[in-house]
Amino acid sequence: MGLLDYFRSTQSKGSANVAKERLQILVAHDRAARSRPSYLPQLQREILAVIRKYVDVDMDAVTVNYEQEESHEVLELNIILPDAGRHEL
Amino acid sequence: MARIIVITSGKGGVGKTTTAAALAMGLAQRGKRTVVIDFDVGLRNLDLIMGCERRVVYDFVNVINQEANLNQALIRDKRCDHLYVLPASQTRDKDALTKEGVGRILEELSQIYDFIVCDSPAGIEHGATMAMYFADDAVVVTNPEVSSVRDSDRMLGILSSKSRRAETNDEPIREFLLLTRYDPARVESGEMLSVEDVQEILSLNLLGIIPESKAVLTASNSGSPVILDRESDAGQAYGDMVARYLGEEVPHRFLHTEKKGFLSRLFRG
Repeated sequence: MGLLDYFRSTQSKGSANVAKERLQILVAHDRAARSRPSYLPQLQREILAVIRKYVDVDMDAVTVNYEQEESHEVLELNIILPDAGRHEL
Repeated sequence: MARIIVITSGKGGVGKTTTAAALAMGLAQRGKRTVVIDFDVGLRNLDLIMGCERRVVYDFVNVINQEANLNQALIRDKRCDHLYVLPASQTRDKDALTKEGVGRILEELSQIYDFIVCDSPAGIEHGATMAMYFADDAVVVTNPEVSSVRDSDRMLGILSSKSRRAETNDEPIREFLLLTRYDPARVESGEMLSVEDVQEILSLNLLGIIPESKAVLTASNSGSPVILDRESDAGQAYGDMVARYLGEEVPHRFLHTEKKGFLSRLFRG
């Protein structure tokens, strides 16, 4: 380390910390995506198709969430219905 | 029965082939009958690192297609009697490695050898999944750098779901972390992820830390696995790795820079 670097190094300190924080978030996200069952997108499309037979909902009105907890898995289904009066086909 | 070890990483250029060559040579030097197989079909390189590129006649794919038998394809290392190399094919047919073919050859080698080291190609394509499918142990080679760590984590996911042991509900593959190209000076100045940082994210059994070293390029230039360079830091670190793999308790070295005096810090680059 030369004389200039000696002073400069105090500024660059911490880029490893940034790397670590980014990785922790990314890896957690990757792992969550990995443990999700592969049928979820298909399930979401089919549920949406069924609902649209009866109610005029938007394409993004159905969200399917999968969460793994210690002793059980939770499959959460969220459907946003349109305002009253507009849902009769 | 041989123990099958896959050297894997996901990301390319992190030191898989260097590690495969060093581990195979290290095991063989300790009297273990060892064969090292190049799974990188189309981009054969292990033969270069092992220094036997001019002795390749038949390759892995020839043996799978039964155009040659194992004895014709295996290259005996000139420095160590217990070590053999099975080179990859230069074919462009990526599906040349069939699961049945690879399984049959590993089974045959298992009868004769103590250790089978599989040098995986980078990526998560066919060649890489074939290299890991039959493994008993996996060495995940990682650089202290974001994309390498992330890819290593992906590989861990694949190892735990797409291997023979996973499919047959057998005991899972033993996974080890090998941190390569480690630069203690940059870690100390906060520019590089430390061993602890990487361990915290991947939480794997640490097999070794190989320091960034000029000896690695020198070794590959001359086709001599770096573990044979006992004077070098990387050669010694690989020696420690082999000892640890075989169950010896060896403290980790090359984690810190040598303490320099104030004046040398000022004037030395």
